[in-house]
Amino acid sequence: MTLVDKAAVVGVGATPYYKRGRSLPQTPFEMAGKAMLAALDDAGLSVADVDGLALYSFGLGGDTSLFAQVMGIPEVRFTAMLTGGGGGAAGSVGLAAAAISSGMAECVVSLMTLQQAASRFGASFAPKGKPGAQYSAPPTPEGNFIQPAGLMGPGQMFAVLAQRHMHLYGTKREHFAEVAISTRENARRRETSIMRDELTLDDYFNARMIADPLCLFDFCLECDGAVAVVTVTAERARDLAHPPAYVRATAHGGHGRWGQAITWMGMPDDEYASSGHRPVAKRLWEMAGHGPEAVDVALIYDHFSPMVILQLEDYGFCGVGEGGEFVADGNIRWPGGSIPVNTHGGNLSEAYIIGMTHVKEAVEQMRGTAVNQVDDAAVALVTGGPASIPTSSVLLAREPVS
Amino acid sequence: MTDAKVQARLPPEELINLVPDVWTRPFWEAAAEHRLVIPCCTACGTYRLPPSAFCWKCQAQDVEWVEHDGNGAVYSFTIVHHPVLPDLADSVPYVPAVVELPHTNGCRLIGALVDVELGDVKIGMPVELVWRDVREGTTVPTFRPRR
Repeated sequence: MTLVDKAAVVGVGATPYYKRGRSLPQTPFEMAGKAMLAALDDAGLSVADVDGLALYSFGLGGDTSLFAQVMGIPEVRFTAMLTGGGGGAAGSVGLAAAAISSGMAECVVSLMTLQQAASRFGASFAPKGKPGAQYSAPPTPEGNFIQPAGLMGPGQMFAVLAQRHMHLYGTKREHFAEVAISTRENARRRETSIMRDELTLDDYFNARMIADPLCLFDFCLECDGAVAVVTVTAERARDLAHPPAYVRATAHGGHGRWGQAITWMGMPDDEYASSGHRPVAKRLWEMAGHGPEAVDVALIYDHFSPMVILQLEDYGFCGVGEGGEFVADGNIRWPGGSIPVNTHGGNLSEAYIIGMTHVKEAVEQMRGTAVNQVDDAAVALVTGGPASIPTSSVLLAREPVS
Repeated sequence: MTDAKVQARLPPEELINLVPDVWTRPFWEAAAEHRLVIPCCTACGTYRLPPSAFCWKCQAQDVEWVEHDGNGAVYSFTIVHHPVLPDLADSVPYVPAVVELPHTNGCRLIGALVDVELGDVKIGMPVELVWRDVREGTTVPTFRPRR
C-alpha cells in the first residue's frame, strides 16, 4: 500500500514576499495565519475544515498549539514536523499526504514562514550574531570541528561542495551562471518576484565573489514571507474550487552518513559532490512507477545555483557529472527546454521562502494557471533543499495514475 | 584572477570558542599540546571525526586515541571574500579547507589554510598541519602547503 493518488493539493496561498526584515511589524505567526487563510480561500475551504498541520522545522513561526488556539481550528487530529535544516518543504506536503492516506486526517495544512529581521540565514552557522539572533549557531562540540576554519554560512559550505564538483567533472562557473540567468528570466515575467531586472552573463561575471566559486548571483535571496498549501483526500479534492494536484509520490530522508552534510563535511566520497538526494530520488521514482522522463516541469530547490545542477544529476535528468553541460545546452529554459526548471523564479530570483514557493508553483503548473505555464504539464517534481538529512521531494500530477 | 597573489588571512580568534564534551575533550587537550590524535574504535579499527560516542561502523564505544602527523591533502575548499558578519571584515579573504588525512579510513579535518597565496590553492595539494594557538588551552588546526 502506498499513498499514491490518495491525496491532492487543493489550495495554495501566500503573503507578499519581502526583502529580509521588510515584513515588520507583522509577526511571523501572523504571516503564517494569513498564508493559511489565503490557501483555504483558494481551495474554497475554511478553518472549520482543517484538522491537521504537517510542517517542516521552521514552518510555523510559532507553536502548533498556539496556532490552533489562535486560528480556531475546531479539532486537531494530526500534527507532525519533518526534522532537519533546509530540506523539508516538499516533504512536509508528503507528510500531509501520509496523514491523509493513513486516515489520520482529512485536511492538512503545510506552512513555511520566514522572517529574517533579527538575524539572517546567510550567517546561520556563525557562532556570534546580534544579541538574541535567531539563526546564529552557538558553539557545539561538533561545530568546533568546522567553525574555527571560518565556515559560518551555508553559501560558504556549499561552495566547498561546488568546488569539488568542478574538480571532478569540469563543471564551470558558466554553468552556474546559466542556472542564475534562466531562473531570473522566469522571475522577470512575474509580478511577485523580488528580482525582475535582466541578468546578463557580464553582470554575473562582474559580480563580487562571495565564497569562491560562488558569486553574488549564485546565492538565493534573503526574504520574509509565508506560503501555505492545503492537502485533502483525493475524493474531496474533486469537488473543490480548482483541479486537484494529486500527490503521486513523495520521499524524504537520505543516507545516514550524509548526516549533517555541509556542517560536518565527512560525507562518503562517492556522493560528496552530490545533493544528498540520490536515495530519496530512487524511492520517489519507485513509488511513482516512472522516472524523470515523465516529469514536465521541475521545481528544484535553489539556495545556491550549483545545487540545482547536482540535483538534476541526482534525480536522473542527466548523468552524474553531466549537469553542467546539461544546463549549458538550454535544457532547463522555459519555454523550450527539455525540462523547464524553476518557472516561478525560484529562491534565486522570485523569493526565498525555504522552498514552499516551489510547491505553490507546482500546483499552479498542474492547474494550468502558472504565469510561465509549461504546455500541457501533467507531472511536476518539487525538491527540498540539499542540506542535512532529511532531504525530501514530492511529485504532483494533474491526473491519477490509474 | 587579479587576487591570485593575495595572501590568505585567518578568521578572528574571538569567534573561536571550544565547548568540548566528554568525547571531544581528548582531541582538544592534545591539540593544546600540538598533537593531533584521532579516535579509533578498539573493536573494529574504524577512525571517526568528529569524535563521537559511537563507532558508526560497529556501534561500539571504546576508542584508542591514535597520533597522526597531520599531513594530508586538500579535499575541497572555498575562498571566503565576503564577511558574513561585521566581525569578519578584517579577516577576508580566508580559505577554509577540508583536508583528508591518509591512513584514517577517509577522515577529514577542516581548517583554514595559511602561508598560501589564493591563486595557489588547489584540490589535491599536499598540506601539513599548523597549530594555531588562540588562547591558553585553545588551539585549533590550520594547514599550509607542504614543502
